[in-house]
Amino acid sequence: MTKNTMIGLLFCTLSPLSLLAWGETYEVGQKNKSFTKDKLTIKVGDTVSFKNEDTFFHNVYSLSDAKFFDLGSFPKGESREVVFDTKGTVEVECAIHPTMKMTIEVQ
Amino acid sequence: MKPFIISCCFLLISFNISAQDMSNLVFEAGHPSLSEWILPDQPPYPEGNKPTPPRVTLGKALFFDPRLSGDGNMSCATCHNPLMGWSDGLPTARGFQSKVLDRATPVITNTAYNNLQMWDGRKKSLEDQAMGPMEATVEMNMNIKSLFEWLNSNEEYKAMFAKAYPGEPIAAASLSKAIASFERTVVSNNSRFDRWIKGDASALSKAEIEGFKVFVDPDKGNCAVCHSGNNFTDDGFHNIGLISFGKENPDLGRYAEVPLKLMKGAFKTPTIRDIEYSAPYFHDGSVATLKELIDFYERGGDVKTNLSPNLKKLTLSKTDKENLELFLLSLSSPKKAFLLPILPK
Repeated sequence: MTKNTMIGLLFCTLSPLSLLAWGETYEVGQKNKSFTKDKLTIKVGDTVSFKNEDTFFHNVYSLSDAKFFDLGSFPKGESREVVFDTKGTVEVECAIHPTMKMTIEVQ
Repeated sequence: MKPFIISCCFLLISFNISAQDMSNLVFEAGHPSLSEWILPDQPPYPEGNKPTPPRVTLGKALFFDPRLSGDGNMSCATCHNPLMGWSDGLPTARGFQSKVLDRATPVITNTAYNNLQMWDGRKKSLEDQAMGPMEATVEMNMNIKSLFEWLNSNEEYKAMFAKAYPGEPIAAASLSKAIASFERTVVSNNSRFDRWIKGDASALSKAEIEGFKVFVDPDKGNCAVCHSGNNFTDDGFHNIGLISFGKENPDLGRYAEVPLKLMKGAFKTPTIRDIEYSAPYFHDGSVATLKELIDFYERGGDVKTNLSPNLKKLTLSKTDKENLELFLLSLSSPKKAFLLPILPK
């Protein structure tokens, strides 16, 4: 294996991780039993940080094919982050307060 | 005048935005900071089903007609009985041939303001829910094909459907819309609390106002963490630590719809308007009186497994508890006679 081949393999291996590492971070609040954004468009590898700004516990979850996650419950002032690694539409809700809904388009 | 109106609107919006911060509330009759508790007279309704008088009349007849059940002896009103606070007074419902069911009959009072229906929220609207009890073999156990053959052969019902939903077939969709239209008339928003919120200072006693403070204070009653807004519900789902969740194979509630651990044993927050008329309380009917209910919440629930993070043990004085009960009783609209429908032959 030549030196160039090794460098090439290393690049191919690391580049997806680099993309994830260099993705942007978006903030979405949970305030007055609503998400502060109805819709958010992001790119693969971006992170969304959900912050509870209400005085009681919230949850954030999605059962969407493009991203399946459950951030549990967390109180005022705390945040939970999710990295979106697959293209698609992600429906996000609070399980405790199901009127809280938003959509994340991952491009 | 216009800037004044704009200022007033801004004031109301400002108070609504910050209403969860209880320190902004001013406990005076009619104060704008309390406006989020004013319940509109007309509940929302979906496009295409405005509750017109012919629709309400038809829905009322269907709601009270026992011929919509398999044995011809149960109507919607058998369980959702106006004489029993639009429930049945039983710990859990009795279904087909008096079989004891797993959950209490939910009241239909103000259910038209809810975003989801049923204890586990599995139905998205009153229309979506209406056929359910007729179809359920453990409830009204109706043969649906026979039901619509009969309705389509009944001249009086045919005329009522034609007037309510002209051009629409007599089928599940039109029947559901009619029942939902009637249910949207079962509204409680004329309690003494409502009159006080709108400015009648004599409508609540000092003790009841103190009880309201206990209700909304997160460091006292902490009730408004779930029973919030003008219908006293967050439309949310919480495991409140009922003793029934500690039994073998407990009812998992909302978990059947949203399979997250947090939802195991979680049930929908019901309205507490007219609460004095609908004992016993909770989805398992395990609490008989308001005093017991307050004691239950003071303990922070009985079963702590998967308890809602929004629940906590309370520190309440004897006076706090007495005032809280008085406040809950002030949420009752006055009882009035209910006129039964004349059923088609």
